[in-house]
Amino acid sequence: MKLFKSLLAATAVAAVCIAGPAQAENKRIALVVKALGIGFFEAAAKGAEEAAKELGDVEIIYTGPTDTTAEGQIEVINALIAQKVDAIAISANDQDALVPALKKAMQRGITVVSWDSGVAPEGRQLHLNPSSNPLIGNMIIKLAADHLPDGGDVAVLSASATATNQNIWIEEMNKVKGNYPGINVVATVYGDDLADKSYREAQGLMQTYPDLKAIIAPTSVGIVAAAQAVSDAEKAGKVNVTGLGLPSEMAGHVDSGASKSFAIWNPIDLGYSATMLAYNLAAGNAEAKPGADIPMGRMGALTLDDKNEGAMADPFVYDSSNIDDFKDIF
Amino acid sequence: MSLASSEISTTGRQLPDRLKSPIQRFLASWELLLLGVAIAVFILNSFASPYFLDPWNLSDATFNFTEKALIAFAMAMLIISGEIDLSVASIIALASTAMGFAVQMGAETPVLILVGLGVGLACGAFNGFLVTGFGLPSIVVTIGTMSLFRGISYIVLGDKAYTGYPSDFAFFGQGYVWWVISFEFLLFAFMAVLFAVVLHRTNFGRAAYVIGNNPVGALFSGIRVPRVKFALFLLTGLMSGVAAICLTSRLGATRPSIAFGWELEVVTMVVLGGVNILGGSGSIPGVVIAAFVMGMVTFGFGLLNVPGIVMSIFIGLLLISVIALPRIAHRILARRKV
Repeated sequence: MKLFKSLLAATAVAAVCIAGPAQAENKRIALVVKALGIGFFEAAAKGAEEAAKELGDVEIIYTGPTDTTAEGQIEVINALIAQKVDAIAISANDQDALVPALKKAMQRGITVVSWDSGVAPEGRQLHLNPSSNPLIGNMIIKLAADHLPDGGDVAVLSASATATNQNIWIEEMNKVKGNYPGINVVATVYGDDLADKSYREAQGLMQTYPDLKAIIAPTSVGIVAAAQAVSDAEKAGKVNVTGLGLPSEMAGHVDSGASKSFAIWNPIDLGYSATMLAYNLAAGNAEAKPGADIPMGRMGALTLDDKNEGAMADPFVYDSSNIDDFKDIF
Repeated sequence: MSLASSEISTTGRQLPDRLKSPIQRFLASWELLLLGVAIAVFILNSFASPYFLDPWNLSDATFNFTEKALIAFAMAMLIISGEIDLSVASIIALASTAMGFAVQMGAETPVLILVGLGVGLACGAFNGFLVTGFGLPSIVVTIGTMSLFRGISYIVLGDKAYTGYPSDFAFFGQGYVWWVISFEFLLFAFMAVLFAVVLHRTNFGRAAYVIGNNPVGALFSGIRVPRVKFALFLLTGLMSGVAAICLTSRLGATRPSIAFGWELEVVTMVVLGGVNILGGSGSIPGVVIAAFVMGMVTFGFGLLNVPGIVMSIFIGLLLISVIALPRIAHRILARRKV
């Protein structure tokens, strides 16, 4: 009898378990990251929660493997498929190896979008880039020009001469530099993404061009080294170091005045936008196809190119007004 | 090993008057305890998540352990014989890289299979040669080859990936034989039976136990110890090659970081399955159940969206407790007798 009673109780528990999710009409969106415990992704999860609050009927499942492996993410994806989530928004550890697992998810009716680090086109419906090469190229020179109303000499401190990303951004910058009259790009030097070499190259720039007003470093290593060189030469305030950098590494240099502002993507916006896109696709509000505009809440709309990719926004500008909020995040 | 021999020298080996019946032995066995754990995990999972008891979901869950278990069968025999191979995950990386390279050269699926198995065998032979040819400790040799094999993959691939595997190659890691039974699961079941027969019903299997219990004695009994050990390294390499084929097919891509950290999961599976890490005892059924336990625990936690690090902690605790419990129980029983 006792056994019978406990069996009965167990069945009741099971029934409640099964009935539970059926009552909830919430859309469940999984935000899958490269690995848990990384500040950048924790911030993205905050953005996803913000989107969920705004939408109202959304539940965010923030998950990912322990270390950044494709196999770990596949186990996570399989578990999410099993839970029949409505959408998966993933930052991929491997753009190819995840394709079979994500294809399976799509076959079972789950919306799949990738963000930050993309998946090959056949494994997702759309990919959200944090920004685009033209936007970055424009931003890095705009950052320098904003603090030089009268114009002046600026120089570029890049990574290595063969670094693909930096070369594209500098090329894009050169295309638009006519829009910033009075700004002369006097030199481009290469610090090879090594702290000491970048530091020496920055010193060399200040010696060669005494009138130098700004150094643009579109690399997180170069920008820190250049800011250090400017501080050490006691030229903070005279030479403005800007470009792409990480708030945690640049906070000190923003405080000292060596860098007035710099840019990088904002992970909160990224998580927010990815969630909005996943929601709109899953809810049938929009369809992912080349040329489509898919709304993403306060971030506007994402315009897809022929590979179903789109750029979220300009890189986000960090300066003394907001650096303290972000320096502990990433 | 040293512990066991010192015990023998002080107390002498006690021979029981009468052997326990098979049923008694089964009731006191590790496998039964583990089976209990497996059933408990299964029941807990079915209550914890409404999605667990779904044939397709359970089928998906098997992919969490089948490839690792394929290696674990061979690893169990190797550990029983007193050796270990920590390079298995790196063999997967090298075999997968070689298959990817073959694809670039225009190889078709049958050739890819041969390449995967061939590289696995060659790596196993290299390990076996270093251990048996020079008498080096296998843990040191295979820590070395662990870096060596994966290092070659990194040199060949760098930050790139091989893709473009032929579409019929996908069958090995993504194909289903019948309804929810995947090819990988069928292979796992077949290999489990095969290895159980080899280990428990052949002279070769007996030789592995004998060598693990007493290598010198085995040598004097006329067992060709180096040859058996070499064969076991070959077998482990070969099974790593098989796992490499399945995993590569499932991922459809090769990166040098493929299967990173799997060697420890395979060894965990083997030890959880009741194989003595010092050699000499253990069984294939134990490893099979351990594979299910590990697979179901990871999948069950995944369904509840438990972070991966909590899973690792749980697997660690499970390993320690499953190993410690029988010993603690044994000690308490022994004390009571005195």
